[in-house]
Amino acid sequence: MPVTTLDDLKTIKEQALPKRAERLAHASAAQDSEIRPPTPKEKRVILARCGVIDPEDVYDYIAEDGYTALLKALTTMTPRQVIDEVLKSGLRGRGGAGFPAAKKWEFAAAQQSDVKYMICNADEGDPGAFMNRSVLENDPHAVLEGMIIAGYAFGAHQGYIYCRAEYPIAVKRIQLAIKQARELGLLGKNILGSTFSFDIEVRIGAGAFVCGEETALMASIEGKRGEPRPRPPFPAVAGLWGKPTIINNVETLANVGNIIRNGAEWFTQFGNEKNKGTKTFTLAGDVVRTGLIEVPLGITLGEVVYEVAGGIKDGKKFKAIQTGGPMGGCIPEHLLETPMDYENLGAIGSIMGSGGLVVMDEGTCMVDIARFFMDFTQDESCGKCVPCRIGTRRILEILTRICEGEGEEGDIERLESLSKYIVAGSLCGLGQGAPNPVLTTIKHFRHEYEAHIKDKKCPAKVCRKLITYRITDDCPGCMVCARNCPSKAISGEKQKVHWINPELCESCGICMSVCKFNTIVVD
Amino acid sequence: MRSRDLRSVPLAPALTPAEDDPVIIPEQRAKMDAIIAEHSKKPGSMMVILNEIQAEIGHISRPMQNYLAEKLRVPLKDVYGVVTFYSFFTMKPRGKHRIAFCLGTACYVGGAEMLIEKAEQILGVKLGETTPDKKFTLEPCRCLGACSQAPAVMVDSNLHGRNAPDKIITVLRKYEKIENR
Ligand SMILES: Cc1cc2nc3c(=O)[nH]c(=O)nc-3n(C[C@H](O)[C@H](O)[C@H](O)COP(=O)(O)O)c2cc1C
Ligand code: SF4
Ligand code: SF4
Ligand code: SF4
Ligand code: FES
Repeated sequence: MPVTTLDDLKTIKEQALPKRAERLAHASAAQDSEIRPPTPKEKRVILARCGVIDPEDVYDYIAEDGYTALLKALTTMTPRQVIDEVLKSGLRGRGGAGFPAAKKWEFAAAQQSDVKYMICNADEGDPGAFMNRSVLENDPHAVLEGMIIAGYAFGAHQGYIYCRAEYPIAVKRIQLAIKQARELGLLGKNILGSTFSFDIEVRIGAGAFVCGEETALMASIEGKRGEPRPRPPFPAVAGLWGKPTIINNVETLANVGNIIRNGAEWFTQFGNEKNKGTKTFTLAGDVVRTGLIEVPLGITLGEVVYEVAGGIKDGKKFKAIQTGGPMGGCIPEHLLETPMDYENLGAIGSIMGSGGLVVMDEGTCMVDIARFFMDFTQDESCGKCVPCRIGTRRILEILTRICEGEGEEGDIERLESLSKYIVAGSLCGLGQGAPNPVLTTIKHFRHEYEAHIKDKKCPAKVCRKLITYRITDDCPGCMVCARNCPSKAISGEKQKVHWINPELCESCGICMSVCKFNTIVVD
Repeated sequence: MRSRDLRSVPLAPALTPAEDDPVIIPEQRAKMDAIIAEHSKKPGSMMVILNEIQAEIGHISRPMQNYLAEKLRVPLKDVYGVVTFYSFFTMKPRGKHRIAFCLGTACYVGGAEMLIEKAEQILGVKLGETTPDKKFTLEPCRCLGACSQAPAVMVDSNLHGRNAPDKIITVLRKYEKIENR
């Protein structure tokens, strides 16, 4: 039965609530383990329904006043009023750059074209980030509702959700949600009995990080290689198949329903002056509590590390926090007072990115981390711009050399000047941001680079060519390490002290990770 | 030459299907035909079709690309260019189980390399290779979105989090019987 009035939605709500209560009463720990109860510094808005509603049941979303925002927009607001309300809320794009969402819609609304497209960017390629996956899997209708409202605001009739292939559950749930929304008349022709029609199709990526960049993403939907192209023309003017197109991130769109439902004023109570609302972050790495969090924009990095995440685990010392994924930076302890917002993170050489936070303790080598990120970016570079393609490869070669103890005087300066060329000569954000991890680690952890280059030492004891493993005389001879060594480098008899043959040892560290008696040390 | 004439030019040797190529196995070929028929009308159908073929058949060989190009009436380069751009598309068949090791930031910091080395030792093949019995293919992949359970491994479409080098054999055993090495 199609829904057309607020009363219809209310009826569904009344039917759904008792069912939910029953389901929750019987629910075991089957819910998403990444969603924990909030800590005091947190504020759950986007995640409010995650883990509470059944993502495979549209009625359950309606029971949380779902689709009332769509009804409100379609029946009581003009497209212009929708844009104005979202402008007033100050909502900025959550995909990385932080551009005001409704500003883009305004550009697209001004274009004269009978065909316009609305794209939801669900490519979430940043390693260490999974907030979009959680929202798609746990609250798919919120994304749909936001997309339909956005489509109404600038006059699009077709939407695409571009989701990465690594997220099969998210794809399944969003497809089911689309089907259910169509059945209720929330999607398709004459939505909620209005004159507005809009439909959505899911498109799946195929494992290319650069497809998260908006122009590459559009090329991919068109069925081509996902290579970015120069802007202008901006997608809002000429995007998918040359038509005006808006691309917004999953979380940006998930905010839209709440803003229309509760008003811009409600939204602006969270956050600071230029950064309104809340933002989800994912915590990974060496902290006590990893997982998904949501905090008002502008709280400090330190508050997140020590209060929300519970500090560093195993009593170790903090070394750095990485924000913004492979194009972000590594931030040291003395900058933990930095507020997490677009301007302040940018000012210290990092970016907000999509919100992945990886915390590293004293056992992490910052040169090795820089090498890791460069390996990522040079592998994912689409190859169109020479500075990005060759430059990142050259940086990777130098970093690999340094990590292997072959670093030379002048390498740090070489890295810095190469970085400058890459930033200046790259077309898209991937190349422009690629040097960030290198530049921030050189800036804040220069002594580690110097230790590798001058003393041929890895202070964190990570770089394989610069360390040796050794078994101490306390070894009770449990034989576990010998069984697990992939290089067959360990010998010894049962209940006797074991030893490592340095000729065979590849310094992989497996023995140390499996020894229950802590009798393996690294020098 | 008009494109119709071009198509009558004999195929280059590399494009001739091998004995076991899906293009000449009738039921596999029927699968391809069904996928093409279902999606070719969609705008931007190339990615959709390739994704389906990869999922249904497991790889997209050169002769399959050639076949697809003919069916869609596009130059072969348009198919080949897309297949080589995206890391999910493979031209060679994979083993029965695909083991993807996450090499994202959280998993790298969490010791993903040790898992790979251990799995390489257990199965006797390197990352990127398939075991001779065609049971397992070892592959690297980018963030699986399970970073708080690092290091993460995806076998087929099942996620295994919080791994350790000495536990990886237990994970592998869930899929095939392997002897203790
Ligand atoms: C290399 C690269 C990768 C990107 N990956 C993503 C991504 O995975 N998800 C995303 O939403 N935006 C990503 N972006 C940003 C998008 O280009 C675009 O700015 C964003 O989707 C716009 O949505 P928003 O205004 O709602 O933030 C990426 C940008 C670059 C340069
Ligand atoms: S900067 Fe790199 S990824 Fe971006 S278009 Fe140029 S080569 Fe491709
Ligand atoms: S570090 Fe690796 S190679 Fe060396 S002894 Fe230990 S397990 Fe064997
Ligand atoms: S695992 Fe540890 S205790 Fe057991 S033999 Fe090896 S070094 Fe000794
Ligand atoms: S970094 Fe491995 S799952 Fe995200």
